[in-house]
Amino acid sequence: MSSEKSVKVQDKESPGKSGFRFDTFWDRWGILGVLTLLIIYMSLFAPFFLSFGNAFNVAQSISVNAVLAAGMTVVILTAGIDLSVGSMIAVSGVGCVIFLNLGVPPVLAVLGGILLTTLAGLINGLIISYLMLPAFIVTLGALTYLRGIAYSLTDGKPVPIDGESPLQFIGSGAIFGVPTTVLMMATIYLLLWFVLERTRYGRHIYAVGGNKEAARLAGIKVKRVLTSVYVISGLTAGIAGIMFASRVRSGQVTGGEGYELDAIAAVILGGTSLFGGRGRIFGTLVGAVIIGVLSNGLILMGVPFYTQLIVKGAVIVLAVALDYFKGRPRS
Amino acid sequence: MAQNLQVPLLKLSGIGKSFSGTRVLHQIAFEVLPGEVHAVMGENGAGKSTLMKILAGIHLPDTGSMKLNGQEVKFFSPSDALKGGISIIHQELNVVPEMSIADNLALGNEPRTRLGLLDRRKVETEAREKLARVHSNLDPLQSMGSLSIGMQQVVEIARAVAQDSRILILDEPTAALSTSESSQLFELIRKMRSDGMGLIYISHRMQEVWELADRITVLRDGCLVSTSHRVDTSQHIVVNDMIGRDIESLFLRDERKIVPGGLSVSGLGDGKRIGPVSFEVRSGEVVGLFGLVGAGRSEIARLIFGADQVRLGSVSVDGSRVIITDPPSAIAAGIGLLSEDRKGQGLLLNRDVIDNVALPSFGSFQRFGVLQFGRIRSAVRAVSDRLKIKSSSDSQLVSELSGGNQQKVLVARWLEIKPRVLIMDEPTRGVDIGSKAQIYRTVNELASEGTAVLIISSDISEVLGISDRIIVVRDGLLSGEFNGLVATEEALMLSATGIEKPNSESGAEPQKRSRT
Repeated sequence: MSSEKSVKVQDKESPGKSGFRFDTFWDRWGILGVLTLLIIYMSLFAPFFLSFGNAFNVAQSISVNAVLAAGMTVVILTAGIDLSVGSMIAVSGVGCVIFLNLGVPPVLAVLGGILLTTLAGLINGLIISYLMLPAFIVTLGALTYLRGIAYSLTDGKPVPIDGESPLQFIGSGAIFGVPTTVLMMATIYLLLWFVLERTRYGRHIYAVGGNKEAARLAGIKVKRVLTSVYVISGLTAGIAGIMFASRVRSGQVTGGEGYELDAIAAVILGGTSLFGGRGRIFGTLVGAVIIGVLSNGLILMGVPFYTQLIVKGAVIVLAVALDYFKGRPRS
Repeated sequence: MAQNLQVPLLKLSGIGKSFSGTRVLHQIAFEVLPGEVHAVMGENGAGKSTLMKILAGIHLPDTGSMKLNGQEVKFFSPSDALKGGISIIHQELNVVPEMSIADNLALGNEPRTRLGLLDRRKVETEAREKLARVHSNLDPLQSMGSLSIGMQQVVEIARAVAQDSRILILDEPTAALSTSESSQLFELIRKMRSDGMGLIYISHRMQEVWELADRITVLRDGCLVSTSHRVDTSQHIVVNDMIGRDIESLFLRDERKIVPGGLSVSGLGDGKRIGPVSFEVRSGEVVGLFGLVGAGRSEIARLIFGADQVRLGSVSVDGSRVIITDPPSAIAAGIGLLSEDRKGQGLLLNRDVIDNVALPSFGSFQRFGVLQFGRIRSAVRAVSDRLKIKSSSDSQLVSELSGGNQQKVLVARWLEIKPRVLIMDEPTRGVDIGSKAQIYRTVNELASEGTAVLIISSDISEVLGISDRIIVVRDGLLSGEFNGLVATEEALMLSATGIEKPNSESGAEPQKRSRT
């Protein structure tokens, strides 16, 4: 056929860099802008805020939430939600400490604690994807029964770690001056970034979140993908639980209460859509840092706890609104 | 009585519009007379929707003037357009399915009693009046969601008419309608025309336009190409106007080597409504699967592809039996299915071109479990070039592409799996003519390369134009088989409707149904 009069806008050279796109650049920029403003504000008004020591403080204080939020991001990318992660913190922490006190080697005790919540995640995932029940309800139930299991395991009492244990290295140790929990957090984010952006499985997660039926007809095993994201969430929640337990040097049955909401807030702040299919893992990290910087700065400024809550909530709504109006391409 | 002497309901002259420096409309003149159906045609991106948005008060034109009944007007908002008597029926209907017809009709304008409460009785009687004006006797208390799309559309039209609209814009109104619903809609359109309304009809479907329109205006690249009375022009001229070149060979047929192999289906069925059906699509052959809406065409495709669970019978690819339980196993067997519902079952709207094209084939671009984006990008770029997909970059969101380009993205997706068998369900529905030609060209290339292609379509000229062989389904069973070069529209329709003698030229009797 003769000359096709196609008005080709196709630019052959520019879209080279992996995943670089103007709109996602905006997406990231918007929320980073909020963080930058926040840091500038806190540096000016919160005493001792701007220092290396305090930066590590913030990093360490957000690590549990950030790790929870990392797994939560993967779940939310599939348009799901996992409300049970807060209770999983208690299950994994209590489980690990009980194993330790039974004389199980520390490494195995840690793995055992994580295994418990990973299994819980698997159960969540199987129910959600194969029985096709809403994730909100299934994980809401899990939130309650997992907390119940944690209580039952210890008769409702916290279990302190008997004597010295290498477990404490996780909570209070450091490698080359960087706190262990911060290193763990960084590792988890890098790993999940790699999985989401550089593996087929990661692309499938985005696809399932974007359009389940289209994904199925493109040959993706949707149920398997859906199940797996809750396993990932259980895994990261288990790791967060270990971090939590080693920091407080005990298994706390009430540990992590309400943490699921902070994790969700970090994910949403980070620009991931609750409707699935859109978002990125490092956005979540920025979201978690914003929450951390805010709490830390407000404490340093001596703002009373009650007021802190009000400010924190308002900033979350404000930041999301800003990001929504500035960066998001109209869908 | 001469039509030319009538005052136009609407007259546009010199309308121009630019968006951030890009001119999308230039010097458009356009008018609608009372009692006229005026079709607006053009490829995607020709400026039709911008023009309609100007009429609907969504955009303000940069230049030109707009006259309603001879009076100069300017629409600053959609409500100005409504007050001026212009209503749009959008492609995607604007209804609340959970509410009754009456409530939908009253929406935003609910009658109240003196106490300020909702006047239920008046809602109902007004609804009856409004429905009567579009010659409909639907029960106003029925819930909107229980109606077919076609009926919902009628209610929308009733709402527009009740607002004393004198001009009604219909944007691809038949896109989601069955054949019988479409003809009911045409009936209604003709009645509104004889009531003296002016109707602007936007459609890609030449046949409909020919059936309805008094005049046809063609836009291309934001400019007016022609406005002519239907009786003074021909479909050929209109198509040429739309694409700006002669499109002699929309349907190409290279020398095809049809050899044994390809797809072979025997006794396929879902045990209920569909089948058992048996047929072959040989390697290098294009087979058209024709039938009325609801005859089971798409269902057969979904069964072959493993998209639906229950199935009887067997499928072979290139002579060897394949066990297909789900889409992954079909893809592994070399079968691809371009599904008919582009947005619902095909695209990942909030992902980019790369993700959409490579979705089923990511597996072939990894090393040690790691995706090699360099290779993915060059493969996607190659296939985009082959299909002439117009996007600003391969990481543009597909939601920002035109319908034709979105469809080509999905075709590209299936080319990437290098299929032995490609099933295409309504491959050109809602697609502009340029993309259509490109898709036909690709089908032709695929066949020449030895792929077995099964085309499902309700567009009879498409089936006739593209197929080497045509099989017809009726009520879930095959009802005829035709040579694509000699078959006629009448023969296909007879076979599809079963109204006349069941025998076709090749004499295929309807296969016996095992159970009802």
